[in-house]
Amino acid sequence: MRGERKFPDDEYLMSGHLACSGCGATLAMRYTLKAIGERVIIVLPASCWSMIAGVFPHSSLKVPVYHVAFETAASTATGVKAGLEMKGDKATTVLAWAGDGGTFDIGLQALSGAAERNEDFIYVCYDNEAYMNTGIQRSSATPLLTWTTTTPFHQTKEEAKKDIMGIMAAHRIPYAATASIAFPEDLFHKIKKAKEIKGFRFIHILSSCPTGWRLPSQLSIKASRLAVLTRIFPLYEIENGERYFINLKPEFHSVKEYLSLQGRFSHLTEKEMEVIQNNVEKAWERLLKKAEA
Amino acid sequence: MKVVIEWSHAVSQGDLLSRVEVISAYPITPQTHIVERLSELCASGQLKAKFLKVESEHSAMASCIGASAVGARTFTATSSQGIALMHELLHWASGARLPIVMCNVSRALGAPWNIWCDQIDSLSQRDTGWLQFYCESSQEALDTIIQAFKISERISLPSMVVLDAFYLSHTFEPVDIPDQERVDRFLPPYEPKFKIDPKEAKSFSSLTAPDTFTEMRFQIQQSMENAKSIILEVDSEFHKIFGRSYGLVEPYRCEEAEMVLVTSGTVTSTCREVIDQYRNDGKRIGLLKIRTVRPFPTEAIRENLRGVPKVAVIDRNISFGMGGIFAEEVRSVLCNEPERPLIFGYVAGLGGRDITQNTISNVIEYSLEQDQPREDVLWPDLRR
Repeated sequence: MRGERKFPDDEYLMSGHLACSGCGATLAMRYTLKAIGERVIIVLPASCWSMIAGVFPHSSLKVPVYHVAFETAASTATGVKAGLEMKGDKATTVLAWAGDGGTFDIGLQALSGAAERNEDFIYVCYDNEAYMNTGIQRSSATPLLTWTTTTPFHQTKEEAKKDIMGIMAAHRIPYAATASIAFPEDLFHKIKKAKEIKGFRFIHILSSCPTGWRLPSQLSIKASRLAVLTRIFPLYEIENGERYFINLKPEFHSVKEYLSLQGRFSHLTEKEMEVIQNNVEKAWERLLKKAEA
Repeated sequence: MKVVIEWSHAVSQGDLLSRVEVISAYPITPQTHIVERLSELCASGQLKAKFLKVESEHSAMASCIGASAVGARTFTATSSQGIALMHELLHWASGARLPIVMCNVSRALGAPWNIWCDQIDSLSQRDTGWLQFYCESSQEALDTIIQAFKISERISLPSMVVLDAFYLSHTFEPVDIPDQERVDRFLPPYEPKFKIDPKEAKSFSSLTAPDTFTEMRFQIQQSMENAKSIILEVDSEFHKIFGRSYGLVEPYRCEEAEMVLVTSGTVTSTCREVIDQYRNDGKRIGLLKIRTVRPFPTEAIRENLRGVPKVAVIDRNISFGMGGIFAEEVRSVLCNEPERPLIFGYVAGLGGRDITQNTISNVIEYSLEQDQPREDVLWPDLRR
């Protein structure tokens, strides 16, 4: 990991926001804005963050926020950037900030379009692995065998999590990275780095959700850390869709350490956990190979 | 300067003269000539605008919403399935009070596939909070694009300029191109009343509770009502500079009419010819062209149809289970009038079927003969 970094004291996320206690998405925003600074416009589609940001006329953010329709984070951000450029403003960072539903599912077409055109903004997907704002329904970011309200215990999710980073790499965008709220220095550094790059930048942040993961809120950071240490959610960067850098190569940790903390996995049998362990190892091997190439 | 150009180019010329800053569009027949022409104008540097070539109409409207929100003058063009795909964001654009201008080339909606003229695409968007102008000629299209920016920017609501597929979009006509200097005088740069400014930590379109939502909707309705006088004001200013005006409606030879045809779009031109023939024969038939559908010209329609015994509305659209949409709206604004004309509702010309002089004569003859329409929805060009 990179060396110690000191965060700026500036706070752009205020207390009084409407997140659940232990919300990972809130920390993700806090660190991201510390890295970008005040010269930013946030484009915010429907997501938990539509609520967290506050109800009219209140706002929990000290930067401008544009609330937009669910599937339009990338397309509206495209227009915001174009409008700013025509008005002679090249200094403002445009930040599209969407959840996993708005990114992996309903917003994927607009995201792909903007990535293909290499639009000049940062797109952050804060991924809490289901439609949490509407009551924990499965999304294509929900992992295999996970309980949600639409994948109930007697028929948990039968499909694997969609490989959004692979999709973004295939668009050969200048920069893509994964990040975790349990590794804030790494997250901070990646946003800083993204800010200086021109073109389409994609940051995928795993954002723990105590409510939807059935996780005690005081274990939110711990679960996030274990997602990385078990290699379920590795930290890495991709430049131009082909150069992979793994930021942390953790020693072996059983996926059980991560899964057993969360009620959404409480139904898993030993055999099912073995399946998950195998899948994680295979994915890690594939990632190592890409990083070696 | 008068030149013979294709209507699509007249629309593009309107954008050029309006100094549009951001264009975002997705190709669809028969709108393509507009975006091709605009691409050329942007590529050659004649039009200093950003042209976003997005991956769908939905994204076209979303990016217009983004660009307009930061204060750029913004345009898009679409048709048929494209405007249907935009539907969700048409509401968003008006709710966010953005003065986006869109050209819609009216075309039928599938299934089955049909690429020809039909007004159902734009009329299905009546309730989205957009102003709607229905044009008869290339000249009117060009002029209305320029006017629409001015009107929209004054009332903070988006405008749709609607034109008939192929009858207008692919027709060449002589058009008087206004000179840039006079357009600049008529239409100064867009100065938004409010916009997203990176220096101001304001939120836009955030969750709004029942305690304020009604008031926001009331404001939109008020702006729409005010739009009627603003459209006329802008139209008269336009007339002073360019010598042309269009109004909310246009009555044609309605003096002492025993029957008035109500039309919109290009069929109006055909009707003018037919009306002239009837008038030459001493028959008192008139014509009322409706130009703005939103805001609906309630007062102008009441005034023009007051004392008229019979009205025949020609609709190139149908709301299934009800009938032609113009007929429906005309009936609704007249229902509280002390003296109401008898209203005949005709649905004709769907999916690009020509509305011929013969069809129009049949409409007039039937309406004159009958004391009551035999059906609420009449089909003068239906093959039985």
